[in-house]
Amino acid sequence: MDTVVLLTLTGLGLGALYFLVASGLSLIFGLMDVLNFAHGALLSVGAYATWWAADGHLPGAGPDGAGFLLSVLFGTAVGTAAAVLLELALIRPLYTRPREQVLATVGVGLAVPALLMAVWGADARPFPKPAALSDTVRLLGAAVPADRFVLVAAAAAVLVVLRLFLGRTRHGLVVRAGVEDRAMVTALGIDVRKAFTLVFAIGGAAAALAGALGGLYFGSVSPGQGTSLLIFAFVVVVMGGMGSVTGAAAASVAVGLVQQFANYYTAAGLGDLSVVVLLAVLLLVRPRGLAAAGAAGRPA
Amino acid sequence: MTPPATPSPAPSGGPSAQPPSPSGEAAAEPLLSVRDLRVVIGGRHVLHGVDLDVAPAGVTALLGRNGAGKTTTVRAVLGLVPRTGSVRLGGEETVHLPTHAVVRRGVGYAPEDRGVFAALTVAENLRLAERDPDPDYALVHGLFPELRQRARQPAGTLSGGQQQMVAIGRTLLNRNRLVIADEPTKGLAPRVVTEVAQVLERAAEAVPVLLVEQNLAVVRRLAGGCTVLADGRTAHRGATADLLEDAEAARRLLGVGRHPAAAPQEARP
Repeated sequence: MDTVVLLTLTGLGLGALYFLVASGLSLIFGLMDVLNFAHGALLSVGAYATWWAADGHLPGAGPDGAGFLLSVLFGTAVGTAAAVLLELALIRPLYTRPREQVLATVGVGLAVPALLMAVWGADARPFPKPAALSDTVRLLGAAVPADRFVLVAAAAAVLVVLRLFLGRTRHGLVVRAGVEDRAMVTALGIDVRKAFTLVFAIGGAAAALAGALGGLYFGSVSPGQGTSLLIFAFVVVVMGGMGSVTGAAAASVAVGLVQQFANYYTAAGLGDLSVVVLLAVLLLVRPRGLAAAGAAGRPA
Repeated sequence: MTPPATPSPAPSGGPSAQPPSPSGEAAAEPLLSVRDLRVVIGGRHVLHGVDLDVAPAGVTALLGRNGAGKTTTVRAVLGLVPRTGSVRLGGEETVHLPTHAVVRRGVGYAPEDRGVFAALTVAENLRLAERDPDPDYALVHGLFPELRQRARQPAGTLSGGQQQMVAIGRTLLNRNRLVIADEPTKGLAPRVVTEVAQVLERAAEAVPVLLVEQNLAVVRRLAGGCTVLADGRTAHRGATADLLEDAEAARRLLGVGRHPAAAPQEARP
């Protein structure tokens, strides 16, 4: 029983990371038809910025307490700024040239880890973990690392905030409409490019937060961390349904849990394979992803 | 659909307020003036030089056989497809402006496929179209009381006629200078066609309308002047009544084999 509880919480923690990366990826693709292969780079930027701040380089920031919270905020802010810069400088000029756009995002996705490697080396750097998150919590007989709960809570909070944003604000309305028919949104007099930048900023913030929290989960940061998480995030986006945040949440939980349980009860490494099998089965049963089961692919 | 109420903005002239001259040119300065409009899509020339004037009041029809370039013309006027030439709205050149900037200069657009957002509710579809600080919901709900009753219903679950109400309602929410309606009666039941025609007639009392339409009975009822396209070019400009009375011209330009007076009874006034 305790093993099942531990695997479940660990799987949910991993799923939380996938969701943070996939939610932005899904909105970006749904609204802009942009396959953002640079999204993992935004995660890495967030992870390294958080680590850099917590390492004592940012006044007020540190590895513990409020200082760590400030480090996470700083990492998220840097990731957000990087996402906005990426959209304005690289994605926007290439909206009419999708092939070049994909190549450009792939290029950034390769260049950023290389840059991080050049500055801080290829080896993983130990990530500071606040004392309060270093302990375990007893739950149904299992000793669950406290950071798992932080990851799940953060992802749940992001899900709630994103749903409120999409469902209750005019910007959210524009994004939901744009996911359905971008041209018609412009034909209503709305400058959809502003929504693009906003969605990129939101996606960048969530990915950078995933970078900071991923540091907690894995205990270290490394240049390739974002890229490896990105692959599973793409699986989550396809499973959840393009443009659907709720679909991404459900798919993230499924992928995280299947991966953990398969890795534990079969052989290490089979978890990744089982995710691919899960994706194949889901696409056979429901080609448009989980969100297609809801209100006609309602992107919320 | 219920009989339309009178639009709240002061009428600036009905369809007959600005009768076109015999030559078909509007008597007053046209609100929309399109010259030598050309569109190339995927290497194929779709429009070869369209000229079009929309009168500053009433309904101007854009006619032509299937594939003549009517929808492409209105999409090009709005900047939804790359275009060259001249598109002057109220004297201002808009051909270099992006779509949202053209629309913000006071253009309401109800596209051929209605363009409603299926996953959004009726209220959200209308809210998305709000541009004016005081959107005229009294007018829209007066014309279409059903939209108020179905405010929380996803637009994708509406009937074709109800979706058309949403599409037209969005164009009337703001004080536009021009409304473009692309085949608003297409695919609708005869009774609904009549009601849509009534609504457009009322709407045209407040704002000039560019109407793309295949139903000649509706065109005859609403449009003072018309432009006919053929093979991506302007083939004819003139008074609608003159064109429809000339059986030979109507057959040649529009492909209709009988007198338009024999058109369906439902769409007559």
